[in-house]
Amino acid sequence: MIQTATETESCDNRSTRPDETVLRASDLNVYYGDDRALRSIDMAIPERKVTALIGPSGCGKSTFLRSINRMNDLIDVARVEGELYFHGKNVYDDDVDPVALRRKIGMVFQKPNPFPKSIFDNVAYGLEVQGTTDDVDIDERVERALKNAALWNEVEDRLDESGLELSGGQQQRLCIARAIAPDPEVILMDEPASALDPVATSKVEDLIEELAEEYTVVIVTHNMQQAARISNKTAVFLTGGELVEFGDTNEIFENPDHDRVEDYITGKFG
Amino acid sequence: MSTDSPNDSAITGDVARADRIRNRHARRLLFTCASVTVITTVAIFAVLIDNAFSYFYGVTLHDAILGVTFEQQVSFSEFLTGTRWAPDHARPAHGVLPIVYGTLAITVGAAFVSIPIGTATAIYLSEYASPAVRSKLKPTLEVLAGIPTIVYGFFAISFITPLFISPLGNLFGHHVGRYNMLAGCIVVGIMTIPMVSSISEDAMSSVPDELRNGAYALGATKFDVSTKVVLPASISGVFASYILAVSRAIGETMAVTLAAGFQAQITGNPFDEIMTMTAYMVSMARGESAVGTVEYQSLFAVGLVLFVMTLTMNLLNDWIKRRYREEYQ
Repeated sequence: MIQTATETESCDNRSTRPDETVLRASDLNVYYGDDRALRSIDMAIPERKVTALIGPSGCGKSTFLRSINRMNDLIDVARVEGELYFHGKNVYDDDVDPVALRRKIGMVFQKPNPFPKSIFDNVAYGLEVQGTTDDVDIDERVERALKNAALWNEVEDRLDESGLELSGGQQQRLCIARAIAPDPEVILMDEPASALDPVATSKVEDLIEELAEEYTVVIVTHNMQQAARISNKTAVFLTGGELVEFGDTNEIFENPDHDRVEDYITGKFG
Repeated sequence: MSTDSPNDSAITGDVARADRIRNRHARRLLFTCASVTVITTVAIFAVLIDNAFSYFYGVTLHDAILGVTFEQQVSFSEFLTGTRWAPDHARPAHGVLPIVYGTLAITVGAAFVSIPIGTATAIYLSEYASPAVRSKLKPTLEVLAGIPTIVYGFFAISFITPLFISPLGNLFGHHVGRYNMLAGCIVVGIMTIPMVSSISEDAMSSVPDELRNGAYALGATKFDVSTKVVLPASISGVFASYILAVSRAIGETMAVTLAAGFQAQITGNPFDEIMTMTAYMVSMARGESAVGTVEYQSLFAVGLVLFVMTLTMNLLNDWIKRRYREEYQ
């Protein structure tokens, strides 16, 4: 991303400082009723990088993702202990409004979930609920979001059609456009390509790498090759909601500290 | 028995034939039951047309077809455009508009009560209520739906009118009688709330959670999610509930007869007594008019108009369902 000097300054030189931490979990535990889904997680997620969360089913990686933007609040039995800092502020403090938090931290789900509205209205939805009323501004930001999501060329002359008319891969890119239109700082992705065919998957992967130039991306994936291809940092969760290893993706895949992680990555279990 | 005996294999022979016959009988029995509804509908429609004809021409349609001579006694233009309705009066008048007005006034007034309250109730039940609250509120609404309509009529006469509408009328300088339009609107509105709320809530509950999560993740409040995602996504079911409530209000009889009265007139004053088509039919059917007289046969003409109105609502309902149906994957 090319930035003007003033922008860079106003951003407090964010992009030039390596590995500025945006999100930091400290002794974070999540319970579903009596089940402990996450066990004292400590993790620092760097800004404008792709951080992949990998691990077998039921290891807590999606739970961790949903605890970042407090989507777990919507589950009655979920309970969180410990701290999760976003720019140094614990998001579980009483004075944090989850609605406001989610406006800073966008999310893309496993199954494409466009609203039964037009393509345009889908992307504009986040802007509307966040109070943007200027039509010209909305038009520009919808166009920019669709371009950034690599969907503009395919939909520019049919923005009034329902989002449900698109193919699965296009729907997922629409959901990505919807998430980035309000310009959040962080984008959480919960297995965003697992319901897509290989061609659509590779488009979404390319897109994620581009997004990391502007946004901090945290992605849950089942696909080890995908994590290796697109992420800068990798966190390996193993059964019981434990974070076993966290570090640079190259390190994790080439020379993991733990035998269990090596076994998992090489496919000996999982 | 040898294995190549034809009677031994069940694909032919007596056993197979008996099965086939039983199957045919079962199908015929079920078809007969299913056709009862169709036959009844057609028969009612035929009787309505046949007798409504005699209101206008003095003889029934089937007599006319069989060659009985007839002459027109009530003109269509008077029926459809006249503004005085008194078929049983010494100076009879046959303008149906006052009682059509009565029915429409009640229907529209009731919709102003049932649609906002019913929709809000549905949103509350589907999106806001905790399971504990929902488990109490839903049965209460079902009880409301199960109260006999005549009881709603008492409720209007003995409670709504004297306690609320009379003081309100006095405030505006109107004397309020036992019957009035406003009481009819309110009581029919309350009666149809459960219809709107329960059908709308079913439609809202069937909106997939993925859509709600998608909206919450964009920083939507619960109110945003309810009004901008759930309501639009369930709009065909919500509209269907409105149409059903309106149809019910059009056809509603006992409560509205007791609440709104028997004075056929076109009036904009909500404290005035009015008469709906159904109220007219109640008073005529239990009255002294002899079967076959013009005033008695007017029952069928009014019934036909009512039937056409509710049929229109049903067709509208089908059209809306097709037009606004949303497909989810």
